[in-house]
Amino acid sequence: MASSCFSKSKTIIMRNLKSKNFFMLGFINHTYSITNLQFPRHLLHTISSPPLPVSNYASSSPYNYSIAFSRCFASVYGGRRLNTATSVRNSVDQLSTEAPLQQDLDFPGGRVKFTPKPVFTSSSTEERTPCYRVLNDNGQPILDGDSVKISKELAVKMYTNMVTLQVMDTIFYEAQRQGRISFYLTTIGEEAINIASAAALNYNDFVFPQYREPGVLLWRGFTLQDFADQCFGNKNDNGKGRQMPIHYGSRKHNYFTVASTVGTQIPHAVGAAYSLKMEKQDACTVTYFGDGGSSTGDFHAALNFAAVMEVPVIFFCRNNGWAISTPINDQLRSDGIVVRGKAYGVPSIRVDGNDALAIYSAVHKARKMAIEEQTPVLIEALTYRAGHHSTSDDSTKYRPVDEIERWRGDQNPLKRFRKWIETKGWWSDEAESEHRNGIRKQLSQAIQAAERVEKPPISDIFNDVYDIPSKNLTEQEAFLRRTIQKHAQDYPSNVPM
Amino acid sequence: MWGIMKHKLGARGLSTPVFGDYMQRLRPIASAIRFRPYSSATKQMTVRDALNSALDEEMAADSDVFIMGEEVGEYQGAYKISKGLLDKYGPDRVVDTPITEAGFTGIGVGAAYHGLKPVIEFMTFNFAMQAIDHIINSAAKTNYMSAGKINVPIVFRGPNGPAAGVGAQHSQCYGAWYGSVPGLKVLVPYSSEDARGLLKAAIRDPDPVVFLENELLYGESFPVSAEALDSSFSLPIGKAKIEREGKDVTITAFSKMVGYALKAAEILEKDGINAEVINLRSIRPLDRATINASVRKTNRLVTVEEGFSQHGVGAEVCATVVEDSFGYLDAPVERIAGADVPTPYAANLERLAFPQIEDVVRAAKRACFRSVPMAANA
Repeated sequence: MASSCFSKSKTIIMRNLKSKNFFMLGFINHTYSITNLQFPRHLLHTISSPPLPVSNYASSSPYNYSIAFSRCFASVYGGRRLNTATSVRNSVDQLSTEAPLQQDLDFPGGRVKFTPKPVFTSSSTEERTPCYRVLNDNGQPILDGDSVKISKELAVKMYTNMVTLQVMDTIFYEAQRQGRISFYLTTIGEEAINIASAAALNYNDFVFPQYREPGVLLWRGFTLQDFADQCFGNKNDNGKGRQMPIHYGSRKHNYFTVASTVGTQIPHAVGAAYSLKMEKQDACTVTYFGDGGSSTGDFHAALNFAAVMEVPVIFFCRNNGWAISTPINDQLRSDGIVVRGKAYGVPSIRVDGNDALAIYSAVHKARKMAIEEQTPVLIEALTYRAGHHSTSDDSTKYRPVDEIERWRGDQNPLKRFRKWIETKGWWSDEAESEHRNGIRKQLSQAIQAAERVEKPPISDIFNDVYDIPSKNLTEQEAFLRRTIQKHAQDYPSNVPM
Repeated sequence: MWGIMKHKLGARGLSTPVFGDYMQRLRPIASAIRFRPYSSATKQMTVRDALNSALDEEMAADSDVFIMGEEVGEYQGAYKISKGLLDKYGPDRVVDTPITEAGFTGIGVGAAYHGLKPVIEFMTFNFAMQAIDHIINSAAKTNYMSAGKINVPIVFRGPNGPAAGVGAQHSQCYGAWYGSVPGLKVLVPYSSEDARGLLKAAIRDPDPVVFLENELLYGESFPVSAEALDSSFSLPIGKAKIEREGKDVTITAFSKMVGYALKAAEILEKDGINAEVINLRSIRPLDRATINASVRKTNRLVTVEEGFSQHGVGAEVCATVVEDSFGYLDAPVERIAGADVPTPYAANLERLAFPQIEDVVRAAKRACFRSVPMAANA
């Protein structure tokens, strides 16, 4: 009796599978169940919108039926989105006369199919989430690609900003080595991430950076002099000399001040996105963090919350393979960070972080999705941290020099993008050297000027602690001034009173 | 600040330049209410209702104010402080959160950066330790680190200190912890009038405020004046209140201990000791002026708190008085605080771990007569 039921249901399964509107039941045979349990990775993102056409992100044929299953999976989330539940129920009713065993379980959170086989999802995946790219290693567009077309003007602006960023990093790094500034942190290898993502955003999209994204600020109009003033902590510093170098911030450019704490900016971006949602603004927030930052508790809470609150935020993970000396394999064992988005119900994409055009397209689409559908989006950009973590680090101590050289050389994002714009006739060697020399000159002038400017005044020690200084602060300032006057020899002479 | 910016400048949002001080001066100053002799029809109000009405009125007055925390919405608040607010203002403004203090505090701070005015509720401040990085590094320090460009008009509130029989991880007082952080304001209401006035002031304040309530006080009723019932009422931040005037000894206390100090003062009165009880109301900024003026009058000081004595609020009050009014002290300062142990659960042990009224009485007597030898210090 049991076996005839079994074979009957198997026929039904196979028949319905051909019509592509029936969920593959896990208990029919063992291999199927493993497959089924693996494909969630390729499937649905969030319950707040109809399923994305996953074909853009799926790699190849074994998972073509993911589109069909995505409709059925929507019912798993029950509650708010019941429109596809009926298709499953119909199929179940269809079966119920013939195989009464197959029923949904109705738990809080939605209906689920059950399986009598205790099969665990695998910890590692046979096939990793594919990586979106537009240009190949030689800077030529990949055939059958799908990307946002950009104008010559935009392309040249992007490239020149990438060069500026690279030159700025090299020169400031040298300045630190010469003892002129106390600290610096480069973005070498991640210029495409910085500039291309900034180019795809609007200026009123509020940015919550980690610290390796000064290119976003550069794109939005922060000048080389502004960067230099912050690094020297002089009185022209936008930040009043309050913070270490590279802790840039500019309310004018909608770029939140860099904080040293790792990952705290991720929930901040969600909160700010909530504010945008309440105001119904045509803008989103964007937050950047590294592979290391994605291990923090804040990352997980923020993604979870953002999905629940349905807010327009782009989570941009710069997976550059290293968190100071911790390589990616010691940081996590999941398929990178992109799969974590799905775990929280956030639509996600993996992108070639050294391909400026791919990043531009991905961010452009992500922004549209975030605002129109009021949903968080996760972008994982794979790249390589070609420089040291900071001037306090010597990465040759924990990774091979030839690996670093390879990524700085052939694999660097500027090289690939330059090949593309040169093929289009938009750039040349002359333009390159002219631009580089111009920037170098500007930078050395900016640094010399910044070095000569006075430090911030004493009053800047005590203001901005509160909106209006408290009484004890006013007293402390008065006391300090009296003490300096009385014992001038004990105090530095270059601090303006 | 951004709330006002938005109202003045329409939907241009963040891309508008900051007008800074000019705009800030236009904000209604919370401390403008002067005490006029109203004929007070003494209405009784519980601290719970005081907090609830304050939240309600501030949310009605400013659409940027919203509440976020665990159980604040559907459950009407873990201690029913936000009762009725979900129905009145909807889920956008009364947000129930998943269990992650670090998460929702970070999100609240982010919303405050962008111009909303969140009131973040912690079920108790013990749980806020999970979020303390956001409270201190992301909220308290940001106005300073951003050179005044990004202020954080956020309130963190919830029960603080011991309740009754809740054990070590639910009983710690955080007044001293938050009181040591520049950039924060720390308020400790006692009565219903305190609760209403200080919470309103906290919500209107452009700086981050830590608002430490007390679970056992929620159900207590206090008389409230007609002025305190007005929706524009608020109390100044940084001003202590002299609950009971006296001339023989100054007793400083905050939160529940104010009630104990007042009862102790009544007992002392019978023994001919006229105690002045100061309700601190604000741990940061500490009202050094009021405390010192009082000690200069009475020449003796007893500090009372439920928190641990080492690095506690009483230690700060004592240092304040020694710095400013040393010559006026006629006796060493007496510090009454909780026992230096994680709070035990058993009722008899718990009672011994926290100050009782008799402890305050004995301390005041020691300060006045020094007749009973002081307890040995380690």
